[in-house]
Parts: sequence; C-alpha cells; structure tokens
Amino acid sequence: MKRTALTLIASFAFAATAAHAVEYGQVQPDKSRIAFDYQQMGVAMQGTFGKFASELRFDPAAPQSASARIEVDLASVDTGSEEGDEEVARKTWFDTKGFPVARFESSVVKTLGGDKYEVAGKLTIKGTTKDVVVPATFTAQGDSGVFEGALTIRRGDFSIGEGAWKAFDVVANDVVIRFRITAAAR
Amino acid sequence: MNTHYTATAKLLHWLIALMIFGMLGFGFYMTGLDLSPTKLELYSWHKWAGVTVFALVLVRLAWRIGHKPPALPAHMPAIERLAAHAGHHLLYVLMLAIPLSGWLMSSAKGFQTVWFGVLPLPDLLAKDKALGNLLETVHVVLNYTLIAVLLGHVGAALKHHFIDRDDVLTRMLPRRKD
Ligand code: HEM
Repeated sequence: MKRTALTLIASFAFAATAAHAVEYGQVQPDKSRIAFDYQQMGVAMQGTFGKFASELRFDPAAPQSASARIEVDLASVDTGSEEGDEEVARKTWFDTKGFPVARFESSVVKTLGGDKYEVAGKLTIKGTTKDVVVPATFTAQGDSGVFEGALTIRRGDFSIGEGAWKAFDVVANDVVIRFRITAAAR
Repeated sequence: MNTHYTATAKLLHWLIALMIFGMLGFGFYMTGLDLSPTKLELYSWHKWAGVTVFALVLVRLAWRIGHKPPALPAHMPAIERLAAHAGHHLLYVLMLAIPLSGWLMSSAKGFQTVWFGVLPLPDLLAKDKALGNLLETVHVVLNYTLIAVLLGHVGAALKHHFIDRDDVLTRMLPRRKD
C-alpha cells in the first residue's frame, strides 16, 4: 500500500517536470503527410509521397535546440496516374534509381512568436543541395504535437524535369511542398 | 409542314458532326502518345474542344425542342421509322454522355477542366483514382458505341439517297435558297 502511494507520488512529480520540458519526437507516420502542389497547363494539381522517415526533436520550451531530419522515399510518389508515377521516376525527373531519397536536414530553428517558427536547413534532391527556410507552425494536440508548413521550391533548381520538360509552360517551375507531421511526446 | 431542316439545325448538325469526327481521331491519336509536354497540351485541347461540343449539343437540343424536324418519308415501313427514331435518340444521348463522362473522368483523376485555360468547370466528383479509371473505360466504350451508331447513321442516309432515292439526305444539306 505504502509502496503504491510512493510510486504514485513519484510519477506525479515526474509528470510535473515533464510538463515543463515535453519533447516531441515520436513521429506517427499514419498521422503525417507530405504533399506537393503544382500547376500543369495552368491547372492546380496535387500529388503525395506515401513513404518518408523523419527524426524530430522539439521542445516548445527550447525551440532553438530543436532539430529535424526528413527523408522522403521518392519511389513512393503518387501523381494521380500510373503514367505520371512512371514518368517522374525517370532520369529526366527524380532519377529515382540514382537518387532514391530527398532529404531535409534542419540547422537553425527561429521562433517567430506564437506558434510560428522558421526552420532553416538544407534540402537535397537529385544530388543538389540548397539552403532553404521553412515556415512552420506547431500545435500541441493532447500528448502529441503537429508540425505544419509549406515550402515553395523551383523544380528547375534541382534539375527536376529536364529535356523536353525543361520549359515551364506545361509544368510550372514552382512546386509547393506541404507537410503535416504528427509526433508524440517522448 | 417543313420539307427541310432549318438553317440553324443544319449548321449545328454539320458543325457538330465535323467536330465529333475530329474528336474521335484526336482522342485515339493522343492516348497512343508517350507522355510528353505535347501530350499534356493535346489532352487539354481535347478537353476544351469536347466541352465546346457539349455546349453546342445543348444549344442543338434546345433548338430541336422548339422546332419539329420534317416528317419521315411516307414509304418507310414501321420498323425503319422505329430504327430512325431510336438511332437519333441514341445519338443525342451519346453526344451528351461522351463529353460528360470526359468531364467527370477529369475531375475524378484530379485534373480539373479549365475551358481554354479561362473558365474553370466545377469538379462534380472528388479525386478518386479507381473511379477515374472506371470513367475512362466508360468514355472509351461510349466512343466505340458512338462509332457503331454513326456507321449505321451514315449508312442509312446513303441508303435513303441512293437506294430509296428520297430526300432524307438532301434535306439536311445546305440549299442555295432557304
Ligand atoms: C464530343 C466529345 C468527345 C469525343 C468524341 C471524345 C472522344 C475521345 C476518344 C475517341 C478518346 C480515346 C479513347 C481511348 O481509346 O483511350 C478520348 C480520350 C479522352 N477524352 Fe474524350 N472525347 C470527347 C469529349 C471529352 C471531354 C469533354 C473531356 C474532358 C473534359 C474528354 C477527356 C478525355 C480524356 C482525359 C481522354 C484520355 C483518357 C485516357 O487517359 O486514356 N473528352 N476521347
């Protein structure tokens, strides 16, 4: 009886300290999503990546020490049509055989106030690495946290769509990568 | 009773006929191409022209409701009259159903139709890959049906002209004085 009470008190005490420094890091793939928006013949189109691995460390009390590393399995692309999925795997697009993974690695996280953050980092696609700044929001939902944001890249910067696709009249240059990543507190 | 179709009915008949022949060839040609920017451009033009046909068919139907066509020749047996009426109804249905299936297919495939890049048509269906593929099959099967009915339609018109020697074909042709 006494033992139980002690354990209870101990776990309350632990919960209290944990509340001050919750670290969100247990990514829940089923509640996370990476999609991309672009224009084709002037019409808004959307695709998704079904598989990606992410490693997160985020403590709202110490955002400056947060870090993120996201690796997208490019073979898991869904453009909406099989013909499209096969096309983007080719050398002229992602060259999925040569470069199977697109990677984002954070460097500096800046707080913009409220739930808004700016995550600077390096984005690597098809052998090209660029510095990017990703605007993101963080919302705590129960004992997990949701990170959301969007980053506009130019596909031309990463040689995505070469040869006949190099012009931007049919498939536009701008691609908006939108993400929603849910992570449970550790 | 009129012995000829109105000038409006003739214009719509031949304009739509020309566009549909073009669309059939266009459709089969473009789907056979390897994916390229050109193919995507052709798909868009196919959709824009198809929506135009759809709009013209609506105008034609409205005109048809207000204007009775000339009566069929008296010599036609009941079975031929039935075939003629059924065939014409089927043509109207196909002329509406084919572009409509194309529009719905595009919505289901997640590629909205924006008429000539200017007028967005509402997506009547949400994005759904399986439904998109099904509607693609519907579009194709309806097109093969149309080709079969058109063969009958043209064959019947030629039979009227060369075998029955009546005015069924000529009354749909342009006249000097109307
Ligand atoms: C008079 C109207 C139309 C005709 C006669 C027509 C005819 C055709 C034909 C013959 C094909 C090729 C079928 C095949 O073998 O794959 C085709 C394909 C196609 N049509 Fe139409 N069409 C019409 C209207 C439309 C409209 C209004 C749209 C969309 C707004 C549309 C969208 C498409 C698409 C997307 C395909 C390609 C299907 C695929 O992915 O293989 N069509 N059409």
